[in-house]
Amino acid sequence: MLFGGVILLASFAYLGILFAIAYWGDKRADAGRSIIANPYIYALSMAVYATSWTFYGSVGRAAASGVGFLPIYLGPTLMAALFWLVLRKMIRISKANRITSIADFIAARYGKSGLLGGLVTLIAVIGVIPYIALQLKAVSTSFLILLQYPEVAMPAKGQRVGLLQDTALYVALLLAAFTLLFGTRHLDATERHEGMVAAIAFESLVKLVAFLAVGVFVTFGLYHGFADLFEHAMRLPDVDRLLTLGNAAGTYGSWAWLIALSMLSILFLPRQFQVSVVENVNESHLAKAVWLFPLYLLAINIFVLPITFAGLMQFPPGTLDADTFVLTLPMAHRQEALTLLVFIGGLSAATGMVIVETIALSTMICNDLVMPLLLRWKVLALGSRSDLSGLLLGIRRGAILLLMLLGYVYYRAAGEAYALVSIGLVSFAAVAQFAPAMLGGMYWKQGTRNGALCGLSLGFLLWAYTLLLPSFAKSGWLPLAFIEEGPFGIAWLKPLALFGLEEMDDISHALFWSLLGNVGTYVGVSLFDRQGIREHAQAVLFVDAFKISGRGASPWRGSASLEEVMTLIGRFLGPVRTEDAFAQYAAGCGLRSWQALEPDAELVHFAETLLAGAIGASSARVMLASVVKEEPLGMDEVLNILDEASQLLAYSRQLEQKSAELEAATAELRAANERLQELDRMKDDFISTVTHELRTPLTSIRAFSEILNDNPELDARQRARFVAIIVKESERLTRMINQVLDLAKLESGRAEWHASELDLRTVIEDAVATTSQLLEERGASLTLQLPDEVPRVRADRDRLLQVLLNLISNAAKFCDRDAGRIVIALRVLPDALQVDVSDNGCGIDPADQETIFEKFRQVGDTLTEKPQGTGLGLPISRQIIRHFGGKLWVNSARGQGATFSFSLPLAGVAEEDV
Amino acid sequence: MANRTIRAQRLVALFALGCLLFGFPLLSLFNGGGTLFGIPLLFAYLFGAWALLIVLMLLVVERSG
Repeated sequence: MLFGGVILLASFAYLGILFAIAYWGDKRADAGRSIIANPYIYALSMAVYATSWTFYGSVGRAAASGVGFLPIYLGPTLMAALFWLVLRKMIRISKANRITSIADFIAARYGKSGLLGGLVTLIAVIGVIPYIALQLKAVSTSFLILLQYPEVAMPAKGQRVGLLQDTALYVALLLAAFTLLFGTRHLDATERHEGMVAAIAFESLVKLVAFLAVGVFVTFGLYHGFADLFEHAMRLPDVDRLLTLGNAAGTYGSWAWLIALSMLSILFLPRQFQVSVVENVNESHLAKAVWLFPLYLLAINIFVLPITFAGLMQFPPGTLDADTFVLTLPMAHRQEALTLLVFIGGLSAATGMVIVETIALSTMICNDLVMPLLLRWKVLALGSRSDLSGLLLGIRRGAILLLMLLGYVYYRAAGEAYALVSIGLVSFAAVAQFAPAMLGGMYWKQGTRNGALCGLSLGFLLWAYTLLLPSFAKSGWLPLAFIEEGPFGIAWLKPLALFGLEEMDDISHALFWSLLGNVGTYVGVSLFDRQGIREHAQAVLFVDAFKISGRGASPWRGSASLEEVMTLIGRFLGPVRTEDAFAQYAAGCGLRSWQALEPDAELVHFAETLLAGAIGASSARVMLASVVKEEPLGMDEVLNILDEASQLLAYSRQLEQKSAELEAATAELRAANERLQELDRMKDDFISTVTHELRTPLTSIRAFSEILNDNPELDARQRARFVAIIVKESERLTRMINQVLDLAKLESGRAEWHASELDLRTVIEDAVATTSQLLEERGASLTLQLPDEVPRVRADRDRLLQVLLNLISNAAKFCDRDAGRIVIALRVLPDALQVDVSDNGCGIDPADQETIFEKFRQVGDTLTEKPQGTGLGLPISRQIIRHFGGKLWVNSARGQGATFSFSLPLAGVAEEDV
Repeated sequence: MANRTIRAQRLVALFALGCLLFGFPLLSLFNGGGTLFGIPLLFAYLFGAWALLIVLMLLVVERSG
């Protein structure tokens, strides 16, 4: 059974849970472990958009106008696509400027105009109070209906209940207490209420679950799914009217106006601004909200039409308001738990809206209406007091209580009147008046304070005239003649058909005129107005929000007062230096003194450079920006600047390091490349030389072979001589090829070495013995000058022999033809042994002394003279000697013989090298 | 940053698509009697287009993120 007591208990339990969540959220926030810092909570908190007007009212609207309830949710869906563009900018601007409400936003944009802030606050309060009344009505009506359970009927109308018996009053007081408890527990600089957001997100979840539960119960419990339900519904009279546009649901025109209206409200309703901008923890959460929030709206609307049709079919026409179908359908089917859930869902929809809305409005009232007045009131001397937080909290609490009571009074006064039914849209139209000033302020630098003031005022007046007053008239507070005949019988002033415009429905009509007046005046006045300096600076800060806070260097384009800039610079450079610098600058501009300077962009740029010399460029920019904002630089911001600067520094260091590494690598690569090219050229040279050298013996072999072949009649002696030449040349060819192979092996390091300790004397004696035949043939005499004893050296005996043979045979070849004399001397040097092989031949020109060690080089013209060797002996010898750590060189002069010498390091020294 | 601007552009394109889907000429195509799987045509169309839009937004946001 559902008694009043059970219902009350459930309601209090629910509010208790809410409070617990809020408390927990605040505690976690204090501990630095925010529970709302995720995109899902953010998107859910945005769903505070869906109030009891959605929860109960959608079905009511659908019963009257079919799909006509949908534009209210399609608009936000469309706007969600623009969230990333528009809302993100609002968040960025608000965070950068510490903006805490729409009034603050507009006031700050137009040069911190107190008047504008007050006007916005006033419009918001007047526009939204009836909406709060609507929530109170929804809660108290649903409670009264529930009290009559199991009877399903509307609460008795028309009879006045006493003030103390009025549930709505208790609801209002309860909600006020609730909002006070965790909306203004403490004063926070950022005006963020983590606990409240957590509770709101939970409420969004509850109302969604409750509505879906009813929807599922109706669609799948009472009927067999959508198709079955609609099939039954088709038998209803006039059903086509509800399922098509163009009649009851309004024309395409009003459909589009409603979409536009709800697009604006999702941005500018005070509660939406509160949850989506002020309470935003992280800009990036917006990305998920872009699709999550519309998804929520889709989910909460999908069962609206089924519930509507079910209600229309289940209850006799006229017995129940369609607004109550959500509650009465489960009631009529004795679904007590579901009924209670729905009641709680409706409660959560209402409380969520009321809590956030009153908090947002109380911030506005306090910051933009009351405090500016109090501060100006000299008697209180508030300006000289250091701690105002207690006063601020008091004002906010008072504002919340006042708002709630105003809501209740409005509800009490309007009662069942028309004024409540359409109030949702009327409220939307009121906040839509903020759109020109807000959007213009964000994207149009020229928009001025006067433009915004005039636009807002005119828009608000037109709204009041075309929507608010007619709703009063329909409620009987004004004579109906006001609507039907116009004020004082002036027909073209009829509020619902202003200037004779009659084809549109009330909302479209009001929206058209008010926005026309609003935008027209805003733009018109702005274009013919001049912005003040501070106003212009603020405009730049807002419009270029992304550029200014971004990394990119954007030149400062605003302007500020000369005094402010001077004071700022003076704080860092000292007043005297500052004045000197400015005086110099003024002289450069052709002015007599710095007082004559105009505070233009160039001056600011000069000031920035001046300051940059002292504190660095990025800090200077921010410091100057603080002059524009006229706010002291917070510790956080300074730390941010330092952070950014040090990051940049680190980046540039890394960059430098990388580029140095790159340069080094490039140089290495270039060197390697040059070496490769050199080697390649050498290889080519080598190959062409080798082939050239091989061709010489081959040519003679071939020539003599041909002679032998062609002349069989040659005599035997001649023949023998030619064959001997062929044999000799073949031997030379073989030798040359062997030496080429040998050299290749030596050069590539693949030669085999058999190093051992040896006595160089014996090697020399062996070499002499081997060449004795040759020497004899040449008729050369050989003298050996060997010490009695020499230290042993470490070398390959065969290789060393090869070197000696080469040197001796060279000496034999080139020594004097007639009296050849060769001397081989072995000397002991301190750290090496030196062998000299001298001859008395024609000697070697100094210019040729190095070339003879190159491959295939022989002294003399190889083309005319018969080559005396292969041209590889000396290069090979030099390679061998080098391998043992020694040197091979020649001393000679033309006509005085030549001395080829090589040295070998002594064993101890050589060992280290080998 | 480039990623963010392209995301914003895609979302603006979706906004335009939404305006088209929920706007006059297209809407009138479905503004008649008849049902789709037993669901009234206009109702089905509106919710279908709505869901489509949400899915597209989801794809744009989650894939470019």
